[in-house]
Amino acid sequence: MKAAVIVFPGSNCDRDCKVAIERSTGAKVDMVWHGDTALPSGLDLIVLPGGFSYGDYLRCAAMASLSPVMAEVRAAAERGVATVGICNGFQVLTEAKMLPGALLRNEKLKYVCKPVGLEVTNAQTRFTAAYNGRREVEMTVGNGEGNFFADEETLDRLEGEGQVVFRYLDNPNGSSRAIAGIVNGKGNVLGLMPHPDRAFEEELGSADGALLFQSALASA
Amino acid sequence: MRAKVHVFLKPGVLDVQGKAVENALHGLGWPQVEGVRVGKTIEFDLKAENAEQAEAEVKQMCEKLLANTVIESYRVEVA
Repeated sequence: MKAAVIVFPGSNCDRDCKVAIERSTGAKVDMVWHGDTALPSGLDLIVLPGGFSYGDYLRCAAMASLSPVMAEVRAAAERGVATVGICNGFQVLTEAKMLPGALLRNEKLKYVCKPVGLEVTNAQTRFTAAYNGRREVEMTVGNGEGNFFADEETLDRLEGEGQVVFRYLDNPNGSSRAIAGIVNGKGNVLGLMPHPDRAFEEELGSADGALLFQSALASA
Repeated sequence: MRAKVHVFLKPGVLDVQGKAVENALHGLGWPQVEGVRVGKTIEFDLKAENAEQAEAEVKQMCEKLLANTVIESYRVEVA
């Protein structure tokens, strides 16, 4: 099993992701610099980590989404490689149009940093299979611009096609229809605002994030 | 040529920054203020044959980087 974590200038959860994936799955994890024009061969999972790529200048993730490595990430995702964007990584995926919608400033303008309860809205995805039908999990959010937005038609489509994967039990940031995480139509690209990388062993308050990485790699 | 790009959240997309500024203005004694929207202006020089060509280039820049058209609209001025 082999995974890669993409490192943008300003990423600050890249090493957390590496440790989380290694400890929860035993996979080998390579760190890939955003300026690289090739990914390691034989990847089973690509993770875009949280943080403040390019200092959140212009718009969160706007410039990261145009980094050289993103052409490779897009091509790998099109080949079916499991790809997960966490927090700022989710913003990268929407800015890159690999996932629909956008992340706006939080409704109350506050940076929200706390553990949140999540509904596993779709337990049939390749990222949620290991939850074994469990309906509720806990992870931590840390975001100032995590307010998921999409037009009504897109939201209806996401819900209708089972692309809403996680929903907040108590919406912390005003996200449309309490959406915390979505997958693309093909089901191999997941974006979520909560951090599975901050919830991968009990000492962190929850180990529920480990199951997400385990699901993603078990499906490869 | 000097280009100015104005970027705002589209009507219908909640602008929480605008709301906060509006509330502050109300608190400062301007209760008649409504519909505050906070945007940004990006200015730069560019070489171009004429204003039309410059405007076309800048619009491409907006579509590619300067605005996210899922949530934002933009207006270009070239002089």
